[in-house]
Amino acid sequence: MQLKESFAGTLESGDIHVRLMPSPTPGLTIHLESSVACQFGDQIRRVIAETLAELGIDSAEVNATDKGALDCTIRARVTAAAVRATGKDVWAD
Amino acid sequence: MSSISQRAPLAEKAAEQLNKTVSHPETSVKNPTPRMELQKASPKLVTLDEAIRRSGLKDGMTISFHHHFRGGDKVVNLVVGRLAEMGFKDLHLAASSLSDVHAPLIEHIENGVITRISTSGLRGQLADRISRGLMKEPVIFRSHGGRGSAIASGDLHIDVAFLGASSADPLGNACGYSRSENAKSICGSLGYALPDAQYADKVVILTDDLVDYPNTPCSISERQVDYVVEIDSVGDSSKISSGAIRDSKNPRDILLAQKAAKVIINSGYFNDGFSIQTGTGGASLAAVKYIRQSMIDRGIKASFALGGITAHMVRLHEEGLIERLIDVQSFDKVAAESLKSDMMHKEVSANEYASADEPGSAVHYLDMVILSALEVDVNFNVNVLVGSDGIIRGAIGGHPDTAADSALSIIVCPLLRGRIPCVVDEVTTLITPGSSVDVIVTEYGIAVNPRRPELAGRLRAAGLDVTEITALRDKALSIIGTPAALPFGDRVVGVVMNRDGNVLDVIRNIAD
Amino acid sequence: MMFVPGNNPGMMADAHIYRPDSIMLDLEDSVTMAEKDTARLLVYNALKSVDYGDTEMVVRINPLNTPYGKKDIEAVVKAGVDVIRMPKTETAEEVVEVEREIERVEREIGCEGRTLIMAAIESALGICNAYAIATASPRMMGIALGAEDYCANLKTQRTPDGDELRLARETIVVAARAAGIAALDTVYSNLEDMETFRKEVEFIHRLGFDGKSIINPRQIEIVNEVFAPTEKAIEKARIILAAIREAEAKGSGVIAVNGKMVDRPVVIRAQRTIDLAIASGILKEEEV
Repeated sequence: MQLKESFAGTLESGDIHVRLMPSPTPGLTIHLESSVACQFGDQIRRVIAETLAELGIDSAEVNATDKGALDCTIRARVTAAAVRATGKDVWAD
Repeated sequence: MSSISQRAPLAEKAAEQLNKTVSHPETSVKNPTPRMELQKASPKLVTLDEAIRRSGLKDGMTISFHHHFRGGDKVVNLVVGRLAEMGFKDLHLAASSLSDVHAPLIEHIENGVITRISTSGLRGQLADRISRGLMKEPVIFRSHGGRGSAIASGDLHIDVAFLGASSADPLGNACGYSRSENAKSICGSLGYALPDAQYADKVVILTDDLVDYPNTPCSISERQVDYVVEIDSVGDSSKISSGAIRDSKNPRDILLAQKAAKVIINSGYFNDGFSIQTGTGGASLAAVKYIRQSMIDRGIKASFALGGITAHMVRLHEEGLIERLIDVQSFDKVAAESLKSDMMHKEVSANEYASADEPGSAVHYLDMVILSALEVDVNFNVNVLVGSDGIIRGAIGGHPDTAADSALSIIVCPLLRGRIPCVVDEVTTLITPGSSVDVIVTEYGIAVNPRRPELAGRLRAAGLDVTEITALRDKALSIIGTPAALPFGDRVVGVVMNRDGNVLDVIRNIAD
Repeated sequence: MMFVPGNNPGMMADAHIYRPDSIMLDLEDSVTMAEKDTARLLVYNALKSVDYGDTEMVVRINPLNTPYGKKDIEAVVKAGVDVIRMPKTETAEEVVEVEREIERVEREIGCEGRTLIMAAIESALGICNAYAIATASPRMMGIALGAEDYCANLKTQRTPDGDELRLARETIVVAARAAGIAALDTVYSNLEDMETFRKEVEFIHRLGFDGKSIINPRQIEIVNEVFAPTEKAIEKARIILAAIREAEAKGSGVIAVNGKMVDRPVVIRAQRTIDLAIASGILKEEEV
């Protein structure tokens, strides 16, 4: 899928800032910076990857800065970044 | 035998019997200098370098400091910086506590100036580096009462104490405020410095307001002071309410404070003459605000408020709702000013405040204490020192002392801080044992230690949302998911001493 | 009803701990145009994941005549929202349009009739059409006043006494009562002035409103206090309801308490007292 560099989210506490970029190589590369990296780093990566997979994105570079967001917020932010990157909304027009 | 000379042989004889000699006062010379001038030439009044040299400080010895200026402290960095320049090595730094502002100690630790630390807490960069293994020797953590006991018993021997004071006269009468017009700083109570002043081999007072003798009333008497050093600034008073203390408009803190107030009011201990202490943390401090109306409505007065004294406590005292304030540490300027001017606002030492082995320590006569926590576990153990990421980020303070000795201990903490759970299976570090913790107040419900069924009954009867502590843990996990285990290494970077002087727990280094 | 901006995940995650009766996640005025898409996704995911317990969940959508309204409805209906709040409602037709959109999405996911509608009236035309709006759909569960836009439309300003809102408020209560749905008052946004807030809540309570919109948890306690029935009133209500149950058990049609006949309005008021006592946290459900 064609991606245009996009982002969603903020750096507020409880939120996550997600930047999505086209990847020169196949597959997902996730750079994660998180205030809870020790305890939830793997979990956050998994949610990012799953959300992108559900949207049919299997190749991208992701820069995420997490401020303790819950999974539902991570899903929302990744989805928003993906919708902006692909131009294809999840809701009917 | 009527003249002095005639009595001389008898005086000789009396001296011999007393194992003394006969005095010859006719040889002594009277000093005619006006006394205002004379006191300026006090032999105790020296420069910092001179005080250090004369104190006999040597490599390997123990130096001590108090933390009454909290985030505004300037004494530790100044003195240790000078000691480093003078070439001292291998010193043991025994502070009542350390905070963010003490990051410059990192360099002194790296250079071998400081090789051991004893403290109540660590914060900021220094704490971060120590958690990752900066020091060879583990930091010894004690509660405030535990530190008082350790100094008194000799477990913690202090060679030279460097104590900042907001005023001192040239003979060393010192206190945490100043009555002169040149006052530069104020920190109120010097409670945590008093054991050091009493037991250290040498005591150096550093002051930014050298006042005329006699500086009365004062906290530290000249009798305990060896040297007085005038410096530009001992601390920034505007920062004494920084660090752990926040008066919050955060709705969650207010919710927690209101719940804690309901627990207090319905605990069975909310009776005329009760005594109360609040710990640091927005919610526990604010709880006082919300019991005020009930005190008025029911005509209840408190006999004393203890501990870190805040503006809230002072207000209730001035309104006649709290008879006396017992102040080991003034948590803000209002409290510090009140200590200076109000007879019923008494300063106490750490030992009189919270030592387990001091029969008259105030915590023994404390009805209720409201405390905060970083973590509470399903066995009611509390951690206030090490973050859930394994990094030291707090202080033991009087937490275990007040929890153990009060009739009712209430811990107020949010169930979650961001994605970090505060009710967990097992605390990262054991600070206050569950056996001394009675009630946990969270925004998702209140848990009562099963050792106190009568308390749970009273709170339920009052319609409070009493629940099981395990239900709170489960609720936290359902919201955030299960956190991964922390990557602790094998080195011990901290040892937590129990208030009885024995080891309670250890802190391991966190691996990167 | 507590307003929570739909673009603030931190606030959305734990708004229910303050125990408001309902939470309104906002996609409209508190969200900038550039963030309409992200807020919609945040609200959708929060509604699906956060356990709000028994709190009634409301989402304020953007009007259907904007590019966002239709997507908002799809998202929140799919997320299982209890109530959709329409902003700036002026006519019954607008309600019908929203109802049609809701029905379409509900059919798609097989949960017809689940989503209720609340309409906020924020203009002179809306006030004139209040009863028609209140009765425009069987899904209508309440109407609310939005005072800021209403005052702008009326070419006046809000005052502490609220004289400028009197007609609008009374009209809304009357229309809601006539339609048999709830009446909800507007927000009061000066958090520093809790005294005026309390006076306003007391006033709208007297007017007959069922509740107040709030913007901060600190306002909840005052609303609960004002709306809480007195102990005496609760006791009386319990006696009346007990008498009703007893009469129903005996199959008796005529009910008397202390020698006085109890007619239907008395019973309704008694039930309302008990409901309010539960909502204000004075009574527990199991105690009734």
